[in-house]
Amino acid sequence: MAASKATKSASKPAPKPALRAESLTLEPLSRRRRIVNHGMRVAVYTAFALALVPLVWLVTTVVARGVSRFFLDSNGESNLNFDFLTTSMRGVYGGMPEGGIMHAAVGTLVITLVAALISVPIGLLTAIWLVEYGRGWLKRVITFFVDVMTGIPSIVAGLFAYALFAVLMGPGTKTAVVGAVALSVLMIPIVVRSCEEMLRVVPNELREASYALGIPKWLTVLKVVVRTAFAGITTGVMLAVARVIGETAPLLIAVGVADSLNWNPLDGRMMTLPVYIVSEYRKGPQPCNNPDMVCVPDITVQRAWAAALVLILIVMVLNLVARIIAKYLSPRMGR
Amino acid sequence: MSTATSEQVKAKLAPPRRDIFNRGFAGLSRGAAITILVVLAAVAAFLIMEALPAIQADPAELSENVDWLKDEPGRGLWPTIGALVFGTVLISILALAIATPISLGVSLFISHYTPRRMAAGLGYLIDLLAAIPSVIYGLWGAFVFVPAILPVLEWLERNLNWIPLFKGRVTMTTTEIVDGQEVVTQVTSVGTGRVALSVGIVLAIMILPIITAVTREVFLQTPVLHEEAALALGATRWEMIRMAVLPFGRSGMVGATMLGLGRALGETMAVFMILSPWSIPQISFSALEPSAHNTIASNIALKFPEANSWGVSALIAMGLALFLITLLVNMLARWIVSRRAEFSGAN
Repeated sequence: MAASKATKSASKPAPKPALRAESLTLEPLSRRRRIVNHGMRVAVYTAFALALVPLVWLVTTVVARGVSRFFLDSNGESNLNFDFLTTSMRGVYGGMPEGGIMHAAVGTLVITLVAALISVPIGLLTAIWLVEYGRGWLKRVITFFVDVMTGIPSIVAGLFAYALFAVLMGPGTKTAVVGAVALSVLMIPIVVRSCEEMLRVVPNELREASYALGIPKWLTVLKVVVRTAFAGITTGVMLAVARVIGETAPLLIAVGVADSLNWNPLDGRMMTLPVYIVSEYRKGPQPCNNPDMVCVPDITVQRAWAAALVLILIVMVLNLVARIIAKYLSPRMGR
Repeated sequence: MSTATSEQVKAKLAPPRRDIFNRGFAGLSRGAAITILVVLAAVAAFLIMEALPAIQADPAELSENVDWLKDEPGRGLWPTIGALVFGTVLISILALAIATPISLGVSLFISHYTPRRMAAGLGYLIDLLAAIPSVIYGLWGAFVFVPAILPVLEWLERNLNWIPLFKGRVTMTTTEIVDGQEVVTQVTSVGTGRVALSVGIVLAIMILPIITAVTREVFLQTPVLHEEAALALGATRWEMIRMAVLPFGRSGMVGATMLGLGRALGETMAVFMILSPWSIPQISFSALEPSAHNTIASNIALKFPEANSWGVSALIAMGLALFLITLLVNMLARWIVSRRAEFSGAN
């Protein structure tokens, strides 16, 4: 770069350029071509602006409407409090201003954790096989089907998990593990894709250096390749988690809904944040008939928006942290 | 150390123990890779297994036992699935028709109208649209977006209702006979806006980042020499894009569109929350007709929690249909996208 700049500035004070750039232009652009060119530029800029409108609109709406539940205390008065995060829906009915997402947050945590425990080993090992070992038709077939698997509709994954456990454990089994299996079906291909990309950028020199020291292949893969790509793999896993943490449909089918806290993934239904949003949304406005009770008619709507705010914050934080890890923790490669 | 014979060195370098680990690790990772194929096969197998009771059942018996088939006597499982497939495809195609031109514009903006340095950042901004969970799109769509575009829907119906797509009942026209002539006295909105077209627009927003992600990458890979050659021949920026970028990215664009289609076909929550799908799905081309359409995925989410064992089986049969459709669309899309790799060595 610097060199080319230097030669440019050196050639600038040449006394008389033999051929000036302007003399090369034969004809000005015709009016039609100019209008088409400008029109397309405007269209392209408009398309980009149009794509940003829903993003801004949605995020501001969620923030604006989501905070109202946090300004509602158990007396129905306006007071900043965080009961919403620390209570469950146990014993909450009608227009009671109480009720929170504690149970849903726990459910989301447990189910996502189990799903990650299933899909990260499978996904990472598959990526290792594809990058380090795979060749021939099997590699092509698996790459192709990993791509195809990313397109499985989430509700089909839920139906699959339900059907699997219906056959294995008897019909109607709805526990957190069923949901975790459903999420794994969605998560595995995402993990494979991102890990594969990360392993592929590990320079071959590192592998060759390791082999030259007499390290066997499996140790080279684990201690050199995977360790070098570790930050990238972490990023990929976090993005995959961020992707499935908002999945609703499979959990609606495979896990069902619950009102109270449940930590056990093997027994009983569990609430999750996205399902919480839907179930509050579907409850609709509550009738307030008893004048002796504190009653907020639109409490369900407020809860839905507040839970949406929490969910969107979790997803954004996961995304952000993943990008930061990718940027600052990845080893400096290349010269 | 220095006295080690070559035999000893050999023994140290490749003791049989390591060979076991080597093979074990290779086998383990191979096993994980094959698990993927097993999972895909299992998805199909278990869905078929659980759907069989409904597929093999006597239609009359099935309608007797499934309450949402009972609503309309004489209509079996297959016509219902057919109407749902129609609704799914109609809504997805509406979404695609809206999203494709916009995402092409966005991709071109990122790849050819801004400096390369900004491409990654702007791409990330669009990717954020994909990070937002679909349930939040549903909430936003139902409470904010649909009420906001209701006037647009009314306008479409009032002015373009000669197009079958924009026929509907969003507005109600009251006419009176004045002096022997029919005069429109009042046009009132009776709709909630929860119609196929509104869902199509929300789905368009949701699939936009997917289409953009693929086309953006393809456009960025256009051989610089092709672009420069076009510019050197005196092409304007748009002519350069039309002559160099778009032909290069054609199969990528087709593939990306089909990926978006696959996503739109399977989308559940946004459709479920925005439509009010309580009635029997119809085959109707009018995207403004309320309660006429529903999609497979949304119908499953709606009926599953309260279904009995017959109903569950019938719904799983529906899910199987959706699985096969999306599988076909995605396989076709991936095949088209991967075919591009064969002739992208132009640079």
